[in-house]
Amino acid sequence: MMRPPRRLAAVIGGLALASCPSSAEAHLVTTGLGPLYDGLLHFALTPEDLVPVLALALLAGLRGVTQGRRALFVLPAAWLLGGVIGLTVHGGVSPGWTALSFVLLGGLVASDARLPLGATTLLAALLGLGHGYLNGSALAQPGPGAVGLLGSVAAVFTLVALAASFVVPLRTVWARVVVRVAGSWIAAIGLLLIGWAIRPGA
Amino acid sequence: MRRGSAGAWALALLAVLVWAPPVRAHVQQGQAAGFFTGLGHPVSGLDHVLAMIAVGLWGAQLGAPAIWLLPVTFPMVMALGGMVGLLGVPLPGVEVGIAASAILLGLAVMSALRPPLAAAVVVVGLFGIFHGHAHGTELPAGQSALLYSTGFVMATGCLHAVGIGVGLIHRWPWGQALLRAAGALVALAGVFFMWRAIA
Repeated sequence: MMRPPRRLAAVIGGLALASCPSSAEAHLVTTGLGPLYDGLLHFALTPEDLVPVLALALLAGLRGVTQGRRALFVLPAAWLLGGVIGLTVHGGVSPGWTALSFVLLGGLVASDARLPLGATTLLAALLGLGHGYLNGSALAQPGPGAVGLLGSVAAVFTLVALAASFVVPLRTVWARVVVRVAGSWIAAIGLLLIGWAIRPGA
Repeated sequence: MRRGSAGAWALALLAVLVWAPPVRAHVQQGQAAGFFTGLGHPVSGLDHVLAMIAVGLWGAQLGAPAIWLLPVTFPMVMALGGMVGLLGVPLPGVEVGIAASAILLGLAVMSALRPPLAAAVVVVGLFGIFHGHAHGTELPAGQSALLYSTGFVMATGCLHAVGIGVGLIHRWPWGQALLRAAGALVALAGVFFMWRAIA
């Protein structure tokens, strides 16, 4: 049971809060965060970007903590740089680049390639620059723009963190094979994408 | 709720259902169709389904490392065949090759054949090219290439997983007998497919 002085203090405190309300600004229009979430969702709903990032996270995760951490910071940084270039240049989207990243990264995951740290860093940088550029081009004005690019970078960081940290502790053969099967699926999709891109009449 | 009121609600609900227009809630029309068309394509033909499941059954019979090497290798080789098919490169005797895959894979499971790992991978990969080529030439136009391919590869992988899952009964004697019987059935179906391909 609350004692009277405390109750009085609580009532006064409540009245003070109620008498000085400020606007919640919970809606995205007032906060200006709409484009941030647009960029985040753009990445989440674009498998052309999402799947290669997932593949790189799986690849780095298979190689352990050090490579996972390296990918976690290099990829979003390169993504941001490539995105800024894309926002500025407004380049076109190349299906060939997407297919290539699917085949290369998926193949490396499928074969459980024992890449040195430098190679994983290079792959993360190239993937970030290439897909960041495509992402930045897609997000350019009148789209969500630079704030949207920040949203997509945050999404890339989150996905790499989640996927790599999920794979790093896997030790049993079966669990690692499941990751490799996922890689082979990604590579297979990439091969089919190459066929779709260069088939007669495409 | 009174009976009259309940009747009115039921009529209103019926009217809403009868005059229901499509929601059109998806931003990109046809994109989801691409995924589901791809997902449904490998399971639309019994010859493909039986061969894919037989790959899984055989892998389970052979044990490690074939049990995981085959499902890792097959999707990529099959996609390579699919790419060749998409490019319009002709491959003679595709239907015969698919029927032969069902016969030989069925016989391998029936006889619990244990060839060297490299030979098993080559055989399965060769059949994968035939299956992939057939899929590649049958891919419908107007679909989202990425989503269609994703659904297509996922369905094929899931068929392998079904085969491997069923094939795990290999550890029990009754399971081994059952697997061999399943292999015989796949081989018989393959003979039927072969007859249909060359008739």
